Amino acid sequence: MRKGLKVLLAVVVVALMTAAATLAANSRSDASSGDTLVFGTEGEPTSLDGAVVSDGVSLRVIDQITEGLVSLAPGSTTIVPKLARSWTASNRGRVWTFRLRTGVTFHDGTPFNASAVCANFDRWYNFTGPFASDATSYYYYTVFGGYKKKASGLTNFPLYRSCRAAGNSTAVITLRRPNASFLGALSLTAFHIQSPTAMERYGANKGSLSKDGVFTPGGQYGVPGGQAVGTGAFKLESWTIGDRLVIVRNDSYWGRKAILRRVIFRAIPDNAARLQALQTGEIQGYDLVEPQDIPTIKKNSKLKVLDRPAFNVAYVTINQKVKPFDNPLVRQAVAHGLDRAGVVKAFYAGRGEVAHEFMPPQVLGYAKNVKKYPYNPNRAKQLLQQAGLTLPVEVEFWYPTDVSRPYMPDPAKNFQAFAASLNKSGFKVIPKSAPWRPDYVGRVQAGTAGALNLIGWTGDFGDPDNFIGTFFRTEQGQWGFKNPALFALLNKAVVETNPVKRKSLYQQANRIIMNFLPGVPYAHTKPALGFQRNVIGYKPSPVSLESFATVRFVG
Amino acid sequence: MLRFAVRRLLLLVPILIGLSLLVFIWIRALPGSPAESLLGERATEESIAQIRDQYGLEDPFYEQYWRYVQTIGSGDLGTSIASRRPITEEIKDRFPATIELAVGAMLFATLIGIPLGFIAAKRHGSPIDHASLFLSLIGVSIPIFFLAIVLKWVFSVELGWLPSIGRQDVLIEAEHPTNFYILDGIITRNWEATWDAIKHLILPAIALGSIPLAIIARITRASVLDVQNEDYVRTARAKGISNRAVDARHVLRNAMLPISTIVGLQVGLLLSGAILTETVFAWPGIGTWLQAAIENRDYPVIQGGVLFVAIVVVFVNLLVDISYGLLNPRIRLAGR
Repeated sequence: MRKGLKVLLAVVVVALMTAAATLAANSRSDASSGDTLVFGTEGEPTSLDGAVVSDGVSLRVIDQITEGLVSLAPGSTTIVPKLARSWTASNRGRVWTFRLRTGVTFHDGTPFNASAVCANFDRWYNFTGPFASDATSYYYYTVFGGYKKKASGLTNFPLYRSCRAAGNSTAVITLRRPNASFLGALSLTAFHIQSPTAMERYGANKGSLSKDGVFTPGGQYGVPGGQAVGTGAFKLESWTIGDRLVIVRNDSYWGRKAILRRVIFRAIPDNAARLQALQTGEIQGYDLVEPQDIPTIKKNSKLKVLDRPAFNVAYVTINQKVKPFDNPLVRQAVAHGLDRAGVVKAFYAGRGEVAHEFMPPQVLGYAKNVKKYPYNPNRAKQLLQQAGLTLPVEVEFWYPTDVSRPYMPDPAKNFQAFAASLNKSGFKVIPKSAPWRPDYVGRVQAGTAGALNLIGWTGDFGDPDNFIGTFFRTEQGQWGFKNPALFALLNKAVVETNPVKRKSLYQQANRIIMNFLPGVPYAHTKPALGFQRNVIGYKPSPVSLESFATVRFVG
Repeated sequence: MLRFAVRRLLLLVPILIGLSLLVFIWIRALPGSPAESLLGERATEESIAQIRDQYGLEDPFYEQYWRYVQTIGSGDLGTSIASRRPITEEIKDRFPATIELAVGAMLFATLIGIPLGFIAAKRHGSPIDHASLFLSLIGVSIPIFFLAIVLKWVFSVELGWLPSIGRQDVLIEAEHPTNFYILDGIITRNWEATWDAIKHLILPAIALGSIPLAIIARITRASVLDVQNEDYVRTARAKGISNRAVDARHVLRNAMLPISTIVGLQVGLLLSGAILTETVFAWPGIGTWLQAAIENRDYPVIQGGVLFVAIVVVFVNLLVDISYGLLNPRIRLAGR
């Protein structure tokens, strides 16, 4: 037996060594120089039908396959032509005439023309049943405010009236009322033009609610193993859940063709696993790099970090329904009592910048000369005394738990630092917290989260109304104030179609807001992407509208 | 044996009824709902109300439960709120990955654990015995995710010998008729894909199999020690039968009884999803799927997924009991 054991051990050792040698010899061959790029994503897409999704994973893929009438210049929020060569607005912004590109076809050979554009617009307007819901067609409802048939449980104030094809190359869209943010919104993936033939053939409008009320696509459009057809530089090849999603170069593309032959998306939900896959070369890029992983990538000579311009804002709400915060002097005292620079420096891992207004610098209408409120505890105390208050002034201050947001990675830390600085500035903070789920956001919006609370916003699309219009164009429970002049100004700005005048109106609004001080913005953060160093041509966009068509390998 | 199996299967019914009710109540007791998860900061009171209404979450509890029972009764496990796909399809995509990982882990655990435990028992009190005890302790104590990360770091990142994520290299073209990647490679005679799938399974299987290995080694050792002191073993040796034959025919065969029970129970555990291993290796099984469903309050997935896992565990336990009867004639005959 002893001899037998020795022989067995020897066999095992030799086998292990052989296996190790084989593995070492055949160690990974990555696609790091070639025509295929593998990109790691946070999960699987929900659907490849842009009209019924709002998650970044789905949108990233759809952006490669479909295009809109307009797009944004790479890396910015400047509107540029795409499927429309040019456009004019008439009737005070109610009628938009788009002159379309000619000679463009969808991936399935269907011609792109004005009828196809109208088919898409009418499709969204006519959404009913399970399609007509915030959970399904979120962007359509947000921008267009309603459907042809009122959706149960939602207010219905549709912006869209009709679309008319004036010949093959001119689409005329009529709105029910003037609106200028509509143009910027058309760059959203949700309003990209998809092939009407394919949507009909693969049942894009087939959907139902399951017995438990879940929207279930009924056809084969946009689902795993199904189809999704646009005019983009890439077309969908295959999508297998748990394995890969493959898009391939569209060799009939109307514009500059993609350099890569193929892009493969691979779902890796865990952040650390994505990083390691980048280090091993199994993927060549990924999004949403955790702040703590950025130094690791930067230290690796084979990898690099790309910054995405900030498109969010973290702020402290001041609820004016809670006295004495309806007094502007008290609100200014809050602003001077918050050590914003300290918080951004300490808790944002170098990815944050101090915010001075309620929109990030890239957005149209950002004003450089707004009133600023540097951290100054003495000034804060003076203001409170000027307001006739006895110090310290008690203030209920709320923050969320069990959550990390891109604009607020660690709410508790932000809160503790702000509470400490407010306590030095003549306030006495009464801390309150609630888990993000179920109802922190609901409380904030209803105005039941104290006098001050921590929250933020990531822009949906590159339009100023999506920031300060969302916050301040109407009276809302969150802020607890009525400011007819501000409401009127923002309502005027949202329908102003002249870009120069529009910019000036929003700049004026930003100056007024930072004087009025309904809240205190404090941070914008830059998300990061990680890539292998030999991948070039990826241009990060503030709204994450990024194309792989310009990406290639070098070396 | 057949009557025994049928009786056990019939027990499934009250188990599933009780479990379904428990899960149904429990997840609705959790704060939050799918609405907040879907909308985040965009949630307005109106949109939350609309979504809650759509999902019937404002209906009386008994109405919601009855709808759920009707859904299950028609063989439909529901639709995932997050992915909008039928849960049966999600399970069909993910469960083969879980089975493959569980089988890989148990193969690793048994092929090493049983011989290790056997040798430790035969060399009772020797350095080999002490070493196996020590290794078992380590195997059981190391957190799986830590072991997984270390294995990845050494063999994937530093040495580059093995892949770090997933079930297959996305650059390999392969068909998946059964969704068991190794089997698919063999069926389609795609040897590159087969070997690639095996390579992807190695590290996750070792990480996941570390605890079962430690347990199986210890149980084998204890069981062999127990059996080899039995009278019938001494009798067999006294009759002059070779040591090898005694070990094979009498010692191991009888020692297998508790070992097979443990192996069966471990398999049942692993088939319910290995969340940590799946997360670290981006292995698309049902563990991470269920975990994400709990975080996102994806009620249909939690309800349907947990029911499915319960059925699997009950079946595996039944198979274990049947195998026990096959291995031990006394159990089989006592039932007559």
